[in-house]
Amino acid sequence: MPRFRKTLILMATAASLAPALGAAETLTYALPEETATLRAGPGQETAQNNCAACHSVDYIERQPPKMGRAFWEGVVKKMIASYHAQIDEPDAAAIVDYLAATY
Amino acid sequence: MPRATSRRSFLRGASFGLAALSSFDGRGAFSAETARLGFANGDRPLVRYPGKRALIEQTVRPPQLETPFSVYDEGVLTPNDAFFVRYHLAGVPLSIDPQAFRLEVRGHVETPLSLSLADLKRDFEPVEIVAVNQCSGNSRGFVEPRVGGGQFGHGAMGNARWRGVALKTLLEKAGPKPGAQSVAFNGLDSPVAPETPDFVKALDLGHAGDGEVMLAYAMNGEDLPWLNGFPLRLVVPGFYGTYWVKHLNDIEVLDSDFSGFWMSSAYRIPDNDCVCVTPGAPKGATRPIKRLNVRSFVTRPAEDAKVAAHVAFEVRGIAFDGGHGVEAVLLSADDGANWTAARLGEDLGRYSFREWRTELSLRPGVHHLRSRAVNRDGQSQPLAPLWNHAGYMRHVVETVRIEAV
Repeated sequence: MPRFRKTLILMATAASLAPALGAAETLTYALPEETATLRAGPGQETAQNNCAACHSVDYIERQPPKMGRAFWEGVVKKMIASYHAQIDEPDAAAIVDYLAATY
Repeated sequence: MPRATSRRSFLRGASFGLAALSSFDGRGAFSAETARLGFANGDRPLVRYPGKRALIEQTVRPPQLETPFSVYDEGVLTPNDAFFVRYHLAGVPLSIDPQAFRLEVRGHVETPLSLSLADLKRDFEPVEIVAVNQCSGNSRGFVEPRVGGGQFGHGAMGNARWRGVALKTLLEKAGPKPGAQSVAFNGLDSPVAPETPDFVKALDLGHAGDGEVMLAYAMNGEDLPWLNGFPLRLVVPGFYGTYWVKHLNDIEVLDSDFSGFWMSSAYRIPDNDCVCVTPGAPKGATRPIKRLNVRSFVTRPAEDAKVAAHVAFEVRGIAFDGGHGVEAVLLSADDGANWTAARLGEDLGRYSFREWRTELSLRPGVHHLRSRAVNRDGQSQPLAPLWNHAGYMRHVVETVRIEAV
């Protein structure tokens, strides 16, 4: 039976708090809070407001270093065209500038 | 802090690429270690999620956790608490009632089904298979020139014994209508923005009903870990993990090819034999990624390990492919000039990791160990890496540097 605990404590040992076998109850899972932040720079707030709506900003931090403007342009374009992120044009341009200059 | 110290020494002793950089990650999970994946911007914190041991943090929302490479030296089956995690969309289900959970089988069928977990466990003969689940972008961080996407080391793979129901049996019970062509799979996870394409994957009807594709409710003898798809996931032996839909609750039989984003635009590879293009060249024609290619890894000694010169020591590792089965694993300790066959371990089936081992005795100095697997179809691993835009399907012969002293 499921070993998922029903509390919000982050403890690997909490598996021992498993619900009774066959108990009719909803199981929950607690994901950790995110702590990643964007690097400082012009456009940081625009990037935070748009990008972080759908994903943690460690997605940005973990990319290879210094990939250049064309790379980040492609990423922002993909977020809008493929994933339908609601980013208006001035914001998209500001985000590309920020990412190209900062990462 | 004795607790941190003991864990740190344990990890230092047991693991590859872990540096003891003490830090507090501020979220209640004490993180004393950093994993060094070995490429630029490749340092990652180790984090503990519920039900998981310390894993390599790739991203948090949605979660992507990589298995520390040392785990593959622990045994041929990857423990559930060490198995990698990869989501696409941040709407991860965080509340599931196993009693209320239903799997729907619907669409172009004679008899739509709505099955509880209890139904699946009681009314269908269980099937079991040992199979590798490997992310399409496993090892992407090593791709040169670098490409965007999840920057994994080699730890976005795992091998488990899956237990559940053959999809074939369910499809037979539902009865595809004449003209049925494909089967689409959806899980409980969802996008944040409603406009973002939901994560749905599809297989041809013939493949879906081949008797091997299955719905797993157990993994290595336990319920699926939450982050690996509890309570039910698709298992597509030999196919990349992108098809192994987690939290599976909806199966739709279609009278057409499935045309959703995650098949028609994402997870595409160059439509050629090498699955490669010249770096920087246009993408050209593409097709959906499908079957794993041949790979092998040295799991011991670890990268940068020191061994005693002129004393025989064991070299061992794993090899796998997309379902032909591993025929041989060759090892070179002299930059590929000479290759000797390793002994293969127990055969857990053609979709499983296959252990291999051999002995070496080296003169003093730095040596580079390379393993190269060949499958029963004669396919092997290239000595030089192949490149594609997405960094998919890396399977070059990998190198482990060691020193004999």
